[in-house]
Amino acid sequence: MGKHTVVPFGPQHPVLPEPIHLDLELDDEKVVRAIPSIGYIHRGLEKLVEKREFKEYVFIAERICGICAFGHGWGYCKSVEGLMNIEIPLRAKYLRTIWHELSRIHSHLLWLGLMADGMGFESLFMHSWRLREKVLDIFEKTTGGRVIFSACKIGGVRRDIEDSELHGIAEILRGMRDEVREITDIFFKEPTSVSRLKDVGILSKEAAVATCAVGPMVRASGIPLDYRVADTSGVYRELNFTPVTTDTCDCYGRCWVRVQEIFASLDMICQAIEKIPAGDIAVPVKGNPNGEYFARLEQPRGEAFYYVKGNNTTHLTRFRVRTPTNMNLPAMVEALKGCDYADVPMIVLTIDPCISCTER
Amino acid sequence: MSFMKKSPWVIHYDGSSCNGCDIEVLACLTPLYDIERFGIVNTGNPKHADIFLVTGAVNAQNVPVVRQIYSQMPEPKVVVAVGACAASGGVFHDCYNIIGGVDKAIPVDVYVPGCAARPQAIIDGVVQGLAVLEAKRKLLAEGKLEELEQKDQLPPLPPQTHVKEDQA
Ligand code: SF4
Repeated sequence: MGKHTVVPFGPQHPVLPEPIHLDLELDDEKVVRAIPSIGYIHRGLEKLVEKREFKEYVFIAERICGICAFGHGWGYCKSVEGLMNIEIPLRAKYLRTIWHELSRIHSHLLWLGLMADGMGFESLFMHSWRLREKVLDIFEKTTGGRVIFSACKIGGVRRDIEDSELHGIAEILRGMRDEVREITDIFFKEPTSVSRLKDVGILSKEAAVATCAVGPMVRASGIPLDYRVADTSGVYRELNFTPVTTDTCDCYGRCWVRVQEIFASLDMICQAIEKIPAGDIAVPVKGNPNGEYFARLEQPRGEAFYYVKGNNTTHLTRFRVRTPTNMNLPAMVEALKGCDYADVPMIVLTIDPCISCTER
Repeated sequence: MSFMKKSPWVIHYDGSSCNGCDIEVLACLTPLYDIERFGIVNTGNPKHADIFLVTGAVNAQNVPVVRQIYSQMPEPKVVVAVGACAASGGVFHDCYNIIGGVDKAIPVDVYVPGCAARPQAIIDGVVQGLAVLEAKRKLLAEGKLEELEQKDQLPPLPPQTHVKEDQA
Protein backbone atom coordinates (compact mmCIF):
# COMPACT_ATOMS: atom_id res chain seq x y z
CA MET A 1 0.00 0.00 0.00
CA GLY A 2 1.49 3.29 -1.08
CA LYS A 3 1.16 6.72 0.40
CA HIS A 4 -2.38 8.04 0.27
CA THR A 5 -2.87 11.64 -0.89
CA VAL A 6 -5.71 13.72 -2.20
CA VAL A 7 -4.80 16.13 -4.97
CA PRO A 8 -7.22 18.86 -5.98
CA PHE A 9 -7.37 19.34 -9.76
CA GLY A 10 -8.95 22.55 -11.06
CA PRO A 11 -11.14 24.60 -11.23
CA GLN A 12 -8.38 26.67 -12.76
CA HIS A 13 -5.86 24.41 -14.43
CA PRO A 14 -3.64 24.95 -17.48
CA VAL A 15 -5.11 22.03 -19.43
CA LEU A 16 -8.68 22.92 -18.61
CA PRO A 17 -10.23 25.53 -20.83
CA GLU A 18 -13.25 25.44 -18.55
CA PRO A 19 -13.60 25.10 -14.80
CA ILE A 20 -14.34 21.72 -13.30
CA HIS A 21 -13.01 20.47 -10.02
CA LEU A 22 -11.73 16.95 -9.40
CA ASP A 23 -10.53 15.50 -6.14
CA LEU A 24 -8.02 12.82 -7.07
CA GLU A 25 -7.27 10.20 -4.45
CA LEU A 26 -3.82 8.82 -5.12
CA ASP A 27 -1.90 5.82 -3.92
CA ASP A 28 1.64 6.91 -4.73
CA GLU A 29 1.30 7.76 -8.42
CA LYS A 30 -1.86 5.75 -9.13
CA VAL A 31 -5.30 7.28 -9.06
CA VAL A 32 -7.66 5.16 -7.00
CA ARG A 33 -10.68 7.41 -7.09
CA ALA A 34 -11.74 10.62 -8.75
CA ILE A 35 -14.57 12.74 -7.40
CA PRO A 36 -15.80 15.44 -9.77
CA SER A 37 -17.62 18.48 -8.52
CA ILE A 38 -19.33 20.82 -10.93
CA GLY A 39 -21.34 24.01 -10.75
CA TYR A 40 -18.87 26.69 -11.82
CA ILE A 41 -20.71 27.45 -15.03
CA HIS A 42 -24.28 26.83 -13.99
CA ARG A 43 -26.30 29.77 -15.30
CA GLY A 44 -29.75 28.32 -14.87
CA LEU A 45 -30.76 28.98 -18.44
CA GLU A 46 -33.47 26.33 -18.45
CA LYS A 47 -35.43 28.59 -16.15
CA LEU A 48 -35.08 31.44 -18.63
CA VAL A 49 -37.86 29.92 -20.77
CA GLU A 50 -40.22 31.60 -18.34
CA LYS A 51 -38.80 34.99 -19.22
CA ARG A 52 -38.26 34.69 -22.97
CA GLU A 53 -40.77 33.97 -25.69
CA PHE A 54 -40.38 30.59 -27.27
CA LYS A 55 -39.21 32.04 -30.58
CA GLU A 56 -36.60 34.21 -28.87
CA TYR A 57 -35.37 31.37 -26.76
CA VAL A 58 -33.49 29.93 -29.76
CA PHE A 59 -30.79 32.51 -29.04
CA ILE A 60 -30.45 31.33 -25.47
CA ALA A 61 -30.47 27.68 -26.52
CA GLU A 62 -27.55 28.42 -28.84
CA ARG A 63 -25.64 29.78 -25.90
CA ILE A 64 -25.87 26.55 -23.94
CA CYS A 65 -22.48 25.98 -25.46
CA GLY A 66 -20.56 28.13 -27.89
CA ILE A 67 -18.83 25.20 -29.57
CA CYS A 68 -21.90 23.27 -30.69
CA ALA A 69 -24.05 26.40 -30.77
CA PHE A 70 -25.77 25.50 -34.02
CA GLY A 71 -26.58 22.01 -32.79
CA HIS A 72 -28.23 23.24 -29.62
CA GLY A 73 -30.27 25.75 -31.59
CA TRP A 74 -31.34 22.97 -33.89
CA GLY A 75 -32.17 20.63 -31.03
CA TYR A 76 -34.40 23.22 -29.42
CA CYS A 77 -36.10 24.11 -32.72
CA LYS A 78 -36.59 20.45 -33.45
CA SER A 79 -38.38 19.81 -30.18
CA VAL A 80 -40.64 22.86 -30.56
CA GLU A 81 -41.36 21.99 -34.19
CA GLY A 82 -42.27 18.49 -33.09
CA LEU A 83 -44.60 19.88 -30.47
CA MET A 84 -46.31 22.23 -32.91
CA ASN A 85 -46.38 19.74 -35.80
CA ILE A 86 -44.37 21.91 -38.13
CA GLU A 87 -42.86 20.24 -41.17
CA ILE A 88 -39.87 22.24 -42.34
CA PRO A 89 -38.92 22.48 -46.05
CA LEU A 90 -36.44 19.99 -47.43
CA ARG A 91 -33.92 22.65 -48.36
CA ALA A 92 -33.87 23.84 -44.75
CA LYS A 93 -33.18 20.29 -43.62
CA TYR A 94 -30.25 20.10 -45.98
CA LEU A 95 -28.89 23.45 -44.85
CA ARG A 96 -29.21 22.48 -41.20
CA THR A 97 -27.35 19.25 -41.85
CA ILE A 98 -24.58 21.08 -43.69
CA TRP A 99 -24.09 23.63 -40.90
CA HIS A 100 -24.29 20.99 -38.23
CA GLU A 101 -21.68 18.80 -39.87
CA LEU A 102 -19.45 21.83 -40.38
CA SER A 103 -19.80 22.46 -36.64
CA ARG A 104 -18.76 18.91 -36.00
CA ILE A 105 -15.59 19.37 -38.04
CA HIS A 106 -14.83 22.60 -36.22
CA SER A 107 -15.51 21.01 -32.85
CA HIS A 108 -13.35 17.97 -33.51
CA LEU A 109 -10.47 20.06 -34.87
CA LEU A 110 -10.72 22.28 -31.81
CA TRP A 111 -10.59 19.21 -29.62
CA LEU A 112 -7.59 17.77 -31.48
CA GLY A 113 -5.79 21.03 -30.83
CA LEU A 114 -6.59 21.02 -27.13
CA MET A 115 -5.53 17.40 -26.95
CA ALA A 116 -2.18 18.18 -28.57
CA ASP A 117 -1.76 21.14 -26.22
CA GLY A 118 -2.59 18.89 -23.28
CA MET A 119 0.29 16.60 -24.11
CA GLY A 120 2.60 19.50 -24.77
CA PHE A 121 2.61 19.22 -28.57
CA GLU A 122 2.32 22.94 -29.14
CA SER A 123 2.85 23.04 -32.91
CA LEU A 124 0.16 20.45 -33.53
CA PHE A 125 -2.23 22.58 -31.51
CA MET A 126 -1.46 25.55 -33.72
CA HIS A 127 -1.92 23.57 -36.92
CA SER A 128 -5.25 22.07 -35.88
CA TRP A 129 -6.58 25.50 -35.03
CA ARG A 130 -5.25 26.92 -38.26
CA LEU A 131 -7.32 24.37 -40.18
CA ARG A 132 -10.33 25.10 -38.03
CA GLU A 133 -10.26 28.72 -39.15
CA LYS A 134 -11.20 27.54 -42.65
CA VAL A 135 -14.46 26.19 -41.30
CA LEU A 136 -15.07 29.38 -39.34
CA ASP A 137 -14.50 31.34 -42.54
CA ILE A 138 -17.28 29.33 -44.17
CA PHE A 139 -19.57 30.18 -41.26
CA GLU A 140 -18.68 33.81 -41.51
CA LYS A 141 -19.25 33.87 -45.26
CA THR A 142 -22.63 32.18 -45.06
CA THR A 143 -24.08 33.66 -41.87
CA GLY A 144 -21.93 36.53 -40.64
CA GLY A 145 -21.00 34.95 -37.32
CA ARG A 146 -17.89 32.99 -36.46
CA VAL A 147 -18.93 30.75 -33.60
CA ILE A 148 -22.49 31.66 -32.64
CA PHE A 149 -24.39 32.46 -35.79
CA SER A 150 -28.09 31.99 -35.07
CA ALA A 151 -28.89 30.51 -38.46
CA CYS A 152 -31.58 28.22 -37.08
CA LYS A 153 -35.07 29.40 -36.30
CA ILE A 154 -38.31 27.68 -35.54
CA GLY A 155 -39.79 26.69 -38.88
CA GLY A 156 -36.57 26.52 -40.86
CA VAL A 157 -33.39 28.48 -41.25
CA ARG A 158 -32.75 32.18 -41.36
CA ARG A 159 -30.45 32.34 -44.34
CA ASP A 160 -30.05 30.56 -47.62
CA ILE A 161 -26.74 29.66 -49.22
CA GLU A 162 -26.51 30.26 -52.96
CA ASP A 163 -25.78 27.21 -55.06
CA SER A 164 -22.60 28.70 -56.49
CA GLU A 165 -21.38 29.34 -52.95
CA LEU A 166 -22.26 25.79 -51.93
CA HIS A 167 -20.05 24.47 -54.69
CA GLY A 168 -17.28 26.77 -53.52
CA ILE A 169 -17.67 25.29 -50.03
CA ALA A 170 -17.45 21.75 -51.41
CA GLU A 171 -14.27 22.77 -53.20
CA ILE A 172 -12.72 24.10 -49.97
CA LEU A 173 -13.69 20.98 -48.06
CA ARG A 174 -12.22 18.69 -50.68
CA GLY A 175 -8.99 20.61 -50.38
CA MET A 176 -9.08 20.31 -46.59
CA ARG A 177 -9.10 16.55 -46.64
CA ASP A 178 -5.39 16.19 -47.36
CA GLU A 179 -4.43 18.87 -44.90
CA VAL A 180 -6.44 17.19 -42.16
CA ARG A 181 -4.85 13.86 -43.00
CA GLU A 182 -1.37 15.37 -42.83
CA ILE A 183 -2.01 16.67 -39.31
CA THR A 184 -3.97 13.79 -37.89
CA ASP A 185 -1.46 11.23 -39.11
CA ILE A 186 0.96 12.72 -36.61
CA PHE A 187 -1.32 11.63 -33.77
CA PHE A 188 -1.27 8.04 -34.93
CA LYS A 189 2.31 7.68 -36.21
CA GLU A 190 4.43 9.89 -33.97
CA PRO A 191 5.81 7.61 -31.19
CA THR A 192 5.57 10.30 -28.50
CA SER A 193 1.90 10.88 -29.06
CA VAL A 194 1.10 7.20 -29.52
CA SER A 195 2.74 6.31 -26.23
CA ARG A 196 0.70 8.96 -24.44
CA LEU A 197 -2.54 7.64 -25.90
CA LYS A 198 -2.21 3.86 -26.31
CA ASP A 199 -3.69 1.79 -23.47
CA VAL A 200 -4.40 4.88 -21.39
CA GLY A 201 -7.79 5.40 -19.79
CA ILE A 202 -9.40 2.10 -20.62
CA LEU A 203 -13.19 2.12 -20.73
CA SER A 204 -14.36 -1.44 -21.39
CA LYS A 205 -17.42 -2.19 -23.47
CA GLU A 206 -19.34 -3.31 -20.39
CA ALA A 207 -18.34 -0.20 -18.44
CA ALA A 208 -19.35 2.02 -21.36
CA VAL A 209 -22.80 0.46 -21.37
CA ALA A 210 -23.11 0.53 -17.58
CA THR A 211 -22.17 4.21 -17.32
CA CYS A 212 -24.42 5.17 -20.27
CA ALA A 213 -21.59 6.86 -22.15
CA VAL A 214 -22.49 8.51 -25.44
CA GLY A 215 -20.81 9.79 -28.58
CA PRO A 216 -17.19 9.08 -29.54
CA MET A 217 -16.62 7.80 -26.00
CA VAL A 218 -18.94 4.84 -26.47
CA ARG A 219 -18.07 4.38 -30.14
CA ALA A 220 -14.42 3.95 -29.19
CA SER A 221 -15.50 1.11 -26.92
CA GLY A 222 -16.93 -0.77 -29.88
CA ILE A 223 -20.61 0.17 -29.66
CA PRO A 224 -22.05 1.76 -32.83
CA LEU A 225 -24.37 4.17 -31.02
CA ASP A 226 -24.98 7.18 -33.22
CA TYR A 227 -28.34 8.91 -33.38
CA ARG A 228 -27.63 10.23 -36.85
CA VAL A 229 -28.48 6.82 -38.25
CA ALA A 230 -32.09 7.21 -37.15
CA ASP A 231 -32.42 10.99 -37.40
CA THR A 232 -35.18 12.12 -39.75
CA SER A 233 -35.05 15.82 -38.91
CA GLY A 234 -31.87 16.12 -40.93
CA VAL A 235 -31.10 14.38 -44.19
CA TYR A 236 -28.76 11.73 -42.80
CA ARG A 237 -31.00 8.98 -44.19
CA GLU A 238 -30.30 10.21 -47.70
CA LEU A 239 -26.55 10.36 -47.22
CA ASN A 240 -24.19 7.47 -47.30
CA PHE A 241 -22.95 7.19 -43.76
CA THR A 242 -22.06 4.55 -41.17
CA PRO A 243 -21.03 5.24 -37.57
CA VAL A 244 -17.29 5.11 -36.93
CA THR A 245 -16.31 2.61 -34.27
CA THR A 246 -13.22 0.97 -32.94
CA ASP A 247 -12.71 -1.41 -30.07
CA THR A 248 -9.41 -0.31 -28.60
CA CYS A 249 -11.35 1.27 -25.67
CA ASP A 250 -8.50 3.71 -24.86
CA CYS A 251 -7.56 7.33 -25.49
CA TYR A 252 -6.05 6.34 -28.82
CA GLY A 253 -9.36 4.88 -29.95
CA ARG A 254 -11.30 7.98 -28.94
CA CYS A 255 -8.86 10.11 -30.84
CA TRP A 256 -9.13 7.83 -33.86
CA VAL A 257 -12.93 7.91 -33.84
CA ARG A 258 -13.00 11.70 -33.80
CA VAL A 259 -10.50 11.96 -36.62
CA GLN A 260 -12.45 9.51 -38.79
CA GLU A 261 -15.60 11.48 -38.03
CA ILE A 262 -13.97 14.57 -39.45
CA PHE A 263 -13.45 12.71 -42.72
CA ALA A 264 -16.97 11.29 -42.60
CA SER A 265 -18.42 14.76 -42.09
CA LEU A 266 -16.35 16.24 -44.91
CA ASP A 267 -17.71 13.50 -47.12
CA MET A 268 -21.30 13.95 -45.94
CA ILE A 269 -21.31 17.68 -46.61
CA CYS A 270 -20.04 17.15 -50.13
CA GLN A 271 -22.79 14.57 -50.70
CA ALA A 272 -25.42 16.92 -49.30
CA ILE A 273 -24.23 19.73 -51.53
CA GLU A 274 -24.62 17.44 -54.56
CA LYS A 275 -28.19 16.57 -53.62
CA ILE A 276 -29.63 19.78 -52.19
CA PRO A 277 -32.98 20.66 -53.81
CA ALA A 278 -34.25 24.15 -54.61
CA GLY A 279 -37.13 25.59 -52.62
CA ASP A 280 -38.18 27.53 -49.55
CA ILE A 281 -36.00 27.72 -46.48
CA ALA A 282 -38.65 28.36 -43.83
CA VAL A 283 -42.35 28.03 -43.15
CA PRO A 284 -44.36 30.55 -41.13
CA VAL A 285 -45.08 29.61 -37.52
CA LYS A 286 -48.56 30.23 -36.17
CA GLY A 287 -49.97 29.63 -32.72
CA ASN A 288 -48.31 28.68 -29.48
CA PRO A 289 -46.85 25.41 -28.31
CA ASN A 290 -49.09 23.22 -26.21
CA GLY A 291 -48.27 19.86 -24.64
CA GLU A 292 -44.93 18.17 -24.20
CA TYR A 293 -42.37 16.70 -26.53
CA PHE A 294 -38.82 15.50 -26.61
CA ALA A 295 -36.25 15.30 -29.34
CA ARG A 296 -32.77 13.87 -29.69
CA LEU A 297 -29.85 15.04 -31.75
CA GLU A 298 -26.32 13.76 -32.25
CA GLN A 299 -23.96 16.54 -31.20
CA PRO A 300 -20.19 16.39 -31.80
CA ARG A 301 -19.79 15.05 -28.27
CA GLY A 302 -22.65 12.58 -28.39
CA GLU A 303 -26.36 12.34 -28.16
CA ALA A 304 -28.23 15.25 -26.61
CA PHE A 305 -31.81 15.20 -25.41
CA TYR A 306 -34.25 18.12 -25.41
CA TYR A 307 -37.54 18.23 -23.58
CA VAL A 308 -40.12 21.02 -23.90
CA LYS A 309 -43.47 21.62 -22.31
CA GLY A 310 -45.88 24.37 -23.23
CA ASN A 311 -49.30 25.53 -22.07
CA ASN A 312 -50.54 27.37 -25.15
CA THR A 313 -48.93 30.68 -24.20
CA THR A 314 -46.00 32.46 -25.77
CA HIS A 315 -43.73 31.15 -23.02
CA LEU A 316 -42.82 27.52 -22.52
CA THR A 317 -43.24 26.23 -19.01
CA ARG A 318 -40.35 23.81 -19.00
CA PHE A 319 -37.27 23.18 -21.05
CA ARG A 320 -34.73 20.58 -20.24
CA VAL A 321 -31.53 19.49 -21.95
CA ARG A 322 -29.46 16.47 -21.18
CA THR A 323 -26.11 17.03 -22.74
CA PRO A 324 -23.47 14.52 -23.81
CA THR A 325 -20.78 15.54 -21.33
CA ASN A 326 -23.23 15.06 -18.51
CA MET A 327 -23.56 11.44 -19.60
CA ASN A 328 -19.84 11.02 -20.13
CA LEU A 329 -18.70 12.17 -16.68
CA PRO A 330 -19.41 8.79 -14.98
CA ALA A 331 -17.50 7.10 -17.81
CA MET A 332 -14.60 9.47 -17.24
CA VAL A 333 -14.54 8.66 -13.52
CA GLU A 334 -14.48 4.99 -14.50
CA ALA A 335 -11.60 5.51 -16.95
CA LEU A 336 -9.62 7.50 -14.38
CA LYS A 337 -9.56 4.61 -11.92
CA GLY A 338 -6.12 3.07 -11.71
CA CYS A 339 -4.42 5.42 -14.14
CA ASP A 340 -1.15 7.26 -13.53
CA TYR A 341 -1.42 10.75 -12.15
CA ALA A 342 0.37 12.15 -15.20
CA ASP A 343 -2.29 10.68 -17.50
CA VAL A 344 -5.18 12.46 -15.78
CA PRO A 345 -5.19 15.46 -18.15
CA MET A 346 -5.20 13.14 -21.18
CA ILE A 347 -8.16 11.15 -19.92
CA VAL A 348 -10.11 14.23 -18.89
CA LEU A 349 -9.51 15.68 -22.34
CA THR A 350 -10.49 12.57 -24.27
CA ILE A 351 -14.08 12.74 -23.11
CA ASP A 352 -14.04 16.13 -24.84
CA PRO A 353 -15.48 17.83 -21.79
CA CYS A 354 -17.87 20.66 -22.44
CA ILE A 355 -18.64 21.89 -18.98
CA SER A 356 -20.86 24.73 -20.02
CA CYS A 357 -23.20 22.20 -21.68
CA THR A 358 -23.16 20.02 -18.62
CA GLU A 359 -24.17 22.71 -16.20
CA ARG A 360 -26.21 24.92 -18.52
CA MET B 1 0.12 51.06 -28.57
CA SER B 2 2.17 52.11 -25.65
CA PHE B 3 5.76 51.18 -25.17
CA MET B 4 6.29 48.21 -22.91
CA LYS B 5 9.43 47.26 -21.07
CA LYS B 6 8.26 43.70 -20.68
CA SER B 7 6.11 41.39 -22.78
CA PRO B 8 2.80 41.03 -20.98
CA TRP B 9 1.57 37.55 -20.14
CA VAL B 10 -2.11 36.78 -20.00
CA ILE B 11 -4.11 34.34 -17.96
CA HIS B 12 -7.53 33.30 -19.12
CA TYR B 13 -10.31 32.08 -16.88
CA ASP B 14 -13.81 31.06 -17.81
CA GLY B 15 -16.15 32.77 -15.36
CA SER B 16 -19.34 30.91 -16.29
CA SER B 17 -19.29 31.73 -19.98
CA CYS B 18 -20.93 29.75 -22.76
CA ASN B 19 -17.56 28.86 -24.36
CA GLY B 20 -18.17 31.10 -27.36
CA CYS B 21 -15.89 33.78 -25.99
CA ASP B 22 -13.38 31.27 -24.62
CA ILE B 23 -12.70 29.72 -27.94
CA GLU B 24 -12.30 33.16 -29.45
CA VAL B 25 -9.76 34.04 -26.76
CA LEU B 26 -7.89 30.86 -27.60
CA ALA B 27 -8.24 31.62 -31.32
CA CYS B 28 -6.25 34.82 -30.68
CA LEU B 29 -3.29 32.66 -29.72
CA THR B 30 -3.35 30.56 -32.87
CA PRO B 31 -1.72 31.24 -36.22
CA LEU B 32 -4.39 33.38 -37.91
CA TYR B 33 -4.43 36.08 -35.21
CA ASP B 34 -1.29 35.12 -33.32
CA ILE B 35 -0.94 37.58 -30.44
CA GLU B 36 2.30 35.85 -29.61
CA ARG B 37 4.00 38.04 -32.21
CA PHE B 38 3.56 40.90 -29.70
CA GLY B 39 5.26 38.78 -27.09
CA ILE B 40 1.96 38.00 -25.40
CA VAL B 41 1.96 34.50 -23.97
CA ASN B 42 -0.89 32.59 -22.39
CA THR B 43 0.04 31.20 -19.00
CA GLY B 44 -1.78 28.96 -16.59
CA ASN B 45 -0.22 30.46 -13.51
CA PRO B 46 -1.74 33.64 -12.00
CA LYS B 47 1.61 34.52 -10.41
CA HIS B 48 3.18 34.87 -13.84
CA ALA B 49 0.39 36.90 -15.36
CA ASP B 50 -0.03 40.62 -16.00
CA ILE B 51 -3.36 40.61 -17.80
CA PHE B 52 -6.40 38.68 -16.64
CA LEU B 53 -8.87 37.82 -19.40
CA VAL B 54 -12.22 36.86 -17.92
CA THR B 55 -15.12 35.64 -20.02
CA GLY B 56 -18.66 35.06 -18.88
CA ALA B 57 -21.10 36.54 -16.43
CA VAL B 58 -19.71 34.83 -13.28
CA ASN B 59 -22.09 32.76 -11.19
CA ALA B 60 -22.33 32.51 -7.42
CA GLN B 61 -20.00 29.53 -7.16
CA ASN B 62 -17.38 31.07 -9.41
CA VAL B 63 -17.02 34.40 -7.59
CA PRO B 64 -14.49 33.13 -5.00
CA VAL B 65 -12.39 31.51 -7.74
CA VAL B 66 -12.26 34.65 -9.86
CA ARG B 67 -11.40 36.75 -6.81
CA GLN B 68 -8.72 34.33 -5.75
CA ILE B 69 -7.02 34.26 -9.13
CA TYR B 70 -7.16 38.05 -9.16
CA SER B 71 -5.60 38.42 -5.75
CA GLN B 72 -2.84 35.96 -6.59
CA MET B 73 -1.68 38.08 -9.50
CA PRO B 74 1.21 40.41 -8.67
CA GLU B 75 0.89 44.19 -9.11
CA PRO B 76 0.61 45.85 -11.56
CA LYS B 77 -2.28 43.92 -13.08
CA VAL B 78 -5.04 44.58 -15.57
CA VAL B 79 -8.40 42.90 -16.00
CA VAL B 80 -9.99 42.64 -19.43
CA ALA B 81 -13.64 41.53 -19.45
CA VAL B 82 -14.30 39.71 -22.72
CA GLY B 83 -17.80 39.53 -24.19
CA ALA B 84 -21.23 40.90 -23.50
CA CYS B 85 -21.69 38.50 -20.60
CA ALA B 86 -18.56 39.69 -18.85
CA ALA B 87 -19.55 43.31 -19.32
CA SER B 88 -23.12 43.18 -18.11
CA GLY B 89 -24.41 39.65 -17.92
CA GLY B 90 -25.41 39.61 -21.59
CA VAL B 91 -28.17 37.17 -22.48
CA PHE B 92 -27.90 35.67 -19.03
CA HIS B 93 -28.36 38.92 -17.11
CA ASP B 94 -31.61 37.82 -15.48
CA CYS B 95 -30.61 34.28 -14.56
CA TYR B 96 -31.07 33.62 -10.87
CA ASN B 97 -27.50 32.91 -9.87
CA ILE B 98 -25.61 35.18 -12.25
CA ILE B 99 -24.06 38.20 -10.59
CA GLY B 100 -24.26 40.15 -13.85
CA GLY B 101 -20.79 41.01 -15.03
CA VAL B 102 -17.21 40.55 -13.95
CA ASP B 103 -17.02 44.04 -12.44
CA LYS B 104 -19.30 42.91 -9.61
CA ALA B 105 -16.57 40.48 -8.51
CA ILE B 106 -13.28 42.21 -9.34
CA PRO B 107 -12.28 45.64 -10.67
CA VAL B 108 -12.28 45.69 -14.48
CA ASP B 109 -10.12 47.99 -16.62
CA VAL B 110 -11.14 47.20 -20.20
CA TYR B 111 -14.42 45.88 -21.60
CA VAL B 112 -14.52 44.03 -24.92
CA PRO B 113 -17.96 43.98 -26.56
CA GLY B 114 -19.48 41.24 -28.68
CA CYS B 115 -21.34 37.99 -28.35
CA ALA B 116 -19.12 36.22 -29.11
CA ALA B 117 -16.37 38.85 -29.00
CA ARG B 118 -14.38 38.73 -32.21
CA PRO B 119 -10.66 37.97 -32.00
CA GLN B 120 -9.85 41.37 -33.50
CA ALA B 121 -11.80 43.04 -30.68
CA ILE B 122 -10.10 40.92 -28.06
CA ILE B 123 -6.66 41.84 -29.39
CA ASP B 124 -7.68 45.49 -29.33
CA GLY B 125 -8.84 45.07 -25.75
CA VAL B 126 -5.52 43.55 -24.73
CA VAL B 127 -3.61 46.34 -26.46
CA GLN B 128 -5.67 48.95 -24.60
CA GLY B 129 -5.00 46.99 -21.45
CA LEU B 130 -1.28 47.52 -22.08
CA ALA B 131 -1.70 51.28 -21.68
CA VAL B 132 -3.49 50.77 -18.37
CA LEU B 133 -0.77 48.37 -17.29
CA GLU B 134 1.89 50.93 -18.10
CA ALA B 135 0.06 53.61 -16.08
CA LYS B 136 -0.19 51.28 -13.11
CA ARG B 137 3.47 50.39 -13.43
CA LYS B 138 4.33 54.09 -13.24
CA LEU B 139 2.27 54.44 -10.07
CA LEU B 140 4.13 51.52 -8.60
CA ALA B 141 7.51 52.94 -9.59
CA GLU B 142 6.66 56.33 -8.11
CA GLY B 143 5.59 54.69 -4.90
CA LYS B 144 1.98 55.89 -5.11
CA LEU B 145 0.80 52.68 -3.54
CA GLU B 146 -2.37 54.08 -2.05
CA GLU B 147 -3.67 55.26 -5.38
CA LEU B 148 -2.87 51.88 -6.89
CA GLU B 149 -4.55 50.06 -4.06
CA GLN B 150 -7.64 52.14 -4.53
CA LYS B 151 -7.78 51.17 -8.19
CA ASP B 152 -7.35 47.47 -7.52
CA GLN B 153 -9.65 47.22 -4.54
CA LEU B 154 -12.04 44.28 -4.59
CA PRO B 155 -15.70 45.28 -4.58
CA PRO B 156 -17.90 43.85 -1.79
CA LEU B 157 -19.09 40.29 -2.29
CA PRO B 158 -22.23 40.16 -4.44
CA PRO B 159 -25.38 39.05 -2.57
CA GLN B 160 -25.72 35.83 -4.58
CA THR B 161 -22.53 34.31 -3.20
CA HIS B 162 -22.87 31.99 -0.27
CA VAL B 163 -19.24 31.96 0.90
CA LYS B 164 -17.78 34.14 3.63
CA GLU B 165 -15.31 36.92 2.85
CA ASP B 166 -12.33 35.10 4.37
CA GLN B 167 -12.95 32.06 2.19
CA ALA B 168 -13.29 34.10 -0.94
S1 SF4 C 1 -20.86 37.03 -24.54
FE1 SF4 C 1 -22.04 35.58 -25.79
S2 SF4 C 1 -20.48 34.19 -26.64
FE2 SF4 C 1 -19.52 35.29 -24.94
S3 SF4 C 1 -19.78 33.95 -23.17
FE3 SF4 C 1 -21.53 35.36 -23.21
S4 SF4 C 1 -23.14 34.29 -24.33
FE4 SF4 C 1 -21.22 33.26 -24.75
